[in-house]
Amino acid sequence: MDSEASPTAETARGLRLSVPHFIRRLPPERIISLALIVPSAIAVAVFVYGFIGWSALVSVSAWDSVTPDYSFVGLDNFKELFNNFRFQADIRNTVVFTLLFVTSCLLIGLFLAALLDRGIKGEGFFRSIYLFPMAVSFIVTGVAWRWLLAPRSGVNLLLDHAGLGALKQDWYTDPTVVHIMSDSRLGEALHDVGLGWLASSNFGIPLAMISVVIAATWQMSGFVMILYLAGLRAISQELTDAARVDGASEFQVLRHIALPLLRPVTLSAMIILGHVSLKIYDLVVAMTQRGPGFATDVPALFMVETTFQASHFARGAAISIVMLLSISVLVIPYLFWSLRREARV
Amino acid sequence: MRWKRILMSFSVLAAALLVVSLVAACGDGGAKKTPTPAGTPGTPGALSGKLEIFSWWTTGGEAAGLEALYKLYPDKCPGDVEIVNATVAGGAGSNARQVLTTRMLGGDPPGSFQVHMGHELTDTWVTTGNMEPLDALYEEEGWNDVFPKGVLDIVSYQGKPYSVPVNIHRANVLWYNKKVFEDNNLKPPTTFDEFFQVADTLKAAGITPLALGDNGIWASAQVMETVLLGTLGADGYNGLWTGDTDWAGPEVTKALETFKRMLSYVNSDHSSLTWDQANALVISGDAAMTIMGDWIEGDYKAKNFTDFGYVPTPGTKGIYDALSDTFGLPKGAPNPDAVMCWLRLVGSKEGQEAFNPLKGSICARADCDTSLFDAYLQSAIADWKTDTIVPSLAHGAAASQGWVADITDAITPFVTDLNVATFQSRLADACSEAKVCS
Repeated sequence: MDSEASPTAETARGLRLSVPHFIRRLPPERIISLALIVPSAIAVAVFVYGFIGWSALVSVSAWDSVTPDYSFVGLDNFKELFNNFRFQADIRNTVVFTLLFVTSCLLIGLFLAALLDRGIKGEGFFRSIYLFPMAVSFIVTGVAWRWLLAPRSGVNLLLDHAGLGALKQDWYTDPTVVHIMSDSRLGEALHDVGLGWLASSNFGIPLAMISVVIAATWQMSGFVMILYLAGLRAISQELTDAARVDGASEFQVLRHIALPLLRPVTLSAMIILGHVSLKIYDLVVAMTQRGPGFATDVPALFMVETTFQASHFARGAAISIVMLLSISVLVIPYLFWSLRREARV
Repeated sequence: MRWKRILMSFSVLAAALLVVSLVAACGDGGAKKTPTPAGTPGTPGALSGKLEIFSWWTTGGEAAGLEALYKLYPDKCPGDVEIVNATVAGGAGSNARQVLTTRMLGGDPPGSFQVHMGHELTDTWVTTGNMEPLDALYEEEGWNDVFPKGVLDIVSYQGKPYSVPVNIHRANVLWYNKKVFEDNNLKPPTTFDEFFQVADTLKAAGITPLALGDNGIWASAQVMETVLLGTLGADGYNGLWTGDTDWAGPEVTKALETFKRMLSYVNSDHSSLTWDQANALVISGDAAMTIMGDWIEGDYKAKNFTDFGYVPTPGTKGIYDALSDTFGLPKGAPNPDAVMCWLRLVGSKEGQEAFNPLKGSICARADCDTSLFDAYLQSAIADWKTDTIVPSLAHGAAASQGWVADITDAITPFVTDLNVATFQSRLADACSEAKVCS
């Protein structure tokens, strides 16, 4: 079994006491690759999965001051959390933000990519311009847009000077939550079919959130543009040319040739934007904080405040676990999908 | 051609990165300093090593006051102690509290840290066994006689004091623009009825009656606490924090209705303004009054505005709604001898006389030289000696941090939806959550 000629085998024999048998039987290059991978595997196991596990443990404990208390309370923290009015507003805000942000980024990104794909002059210049916001951190974006959309400055001031004062908005200071009124006809109709709970501000659109969506879209749509542009360039010229020869208009080419072929790009962009928006924290902190009546509050902000300012550690851990699960729902099917695709290729 | 383009892209990118990092660096100006290693134990008499003082005093009079204390330290405490000024800027201390929590739990306490007197310290760090009692120090320095009883009660837990108050601020003050009041023939209100009469007159004259800037929601919490205080009186208000006053009771309902009515007289953009931006409305005469703690006087001074008047908020004459910055000794703090000497300085007459005129607050001690202070502070000192002292809610004296956070969470939607019934039930829930009410 042992080959006398191999120096590695000799070394391994020298270490016989400390090296398990099955490792000695591996070829040397496998040993090296194992040795290289083990430190990072241990680090990830401890610092990622270990701490996820620890957070899960805290989230089912009674830890409610700076002194740890690991007595088990089951799912009580989660029950309380979902009954907490602030967290209910957070969920509403996250859903509204995610839908608006992902949709507007995809539409604007696709539109810009389609324009640039026409082979216009100075394409590289425009590409850089649209992509640059991504080089800025969300904190900077937040500060800049806070000034731009403040009620007494920025955009409102411009509108004033342009004689368009009627178009002025309250932007992120608007506490209005647009929702179905329970005393409206629709509200009463919903009530009759047992859906009266839909007519509440927990199922509305906080108008202040739109300002945050504008800032986030400004930052991320250039990134989507690049993804789409790469996707468009990958489409074979023959296909589009054939369609044009058959008399398809440019819009029809985009709609029936390009878009179906871009579906994987769209999915990737949705996943990337989706997980950004479910975890969003820095932009909101820099721009609006909790907003009027929690109109722009998000789970991450609630988590930080309740854990590190109010010492509700178990509640904070429960929020983190809910956030983790909501992102997993998005990411895990995507991972399966892309793994399957890789296997097919 | 292509190289040129790549080079250009890189240089633009580098410039963008530079701008980003500059902005980030500015925003991060007061970030946490690296923790000090444990100081070498000094021989008695001569102190050495490092002393880390943790606070959120980074600007203006506060920073100047802190600097004055640092200057006095070598006189009071011979030796060559190097003071490390560890500050975390922003958010009325909320950022600092986050950093402090992680450091304390991580076993890396600073030498001494700034903390609001009362439950913010007691419920977070004393009941959990993270602080050293200071009864011997109080005994030695004779502080039990120079600090008013109201303060001793607030800094003590189970009969022992745990921190040394350096200053006193008052939260229940109504500030007004004298010229606006004279022009409209008004007298500063002392009761809620008078307040609403004055407010109606001002509103009819096209002036915002009450300026509010609750971008930091504590500003609304502070207005609410003065209304609770003015409605329930000192005993009723104190009972809120011990469980003796019923949060769901009719008296509290009455106070919240008054609070709601007051909110109809505030500037509509209150949620986007900070307290000092709201105060700018009073200075310009666009608004007539504002309810704010007496650190606002520093803002008037900074903006060269002298035409302001002050009265206790409606219904609170004879009551001093107090908050205070204090320092204590964490268990396991490095260089405890140097810390003890710092505490001696902070509680001493010369220390407080050096710090407070700069900070714009009054001494926690009753024996400071009043001639060092300006007219407002002298009147506050006179009130301090005679008034009933109660702890402030919004500034951590009355309730634990968790409870205060739950109360401000309930206030956030209330200032926009003005639903008193929901608000009151949430306040009652917060009290039971804090395990004070059953």
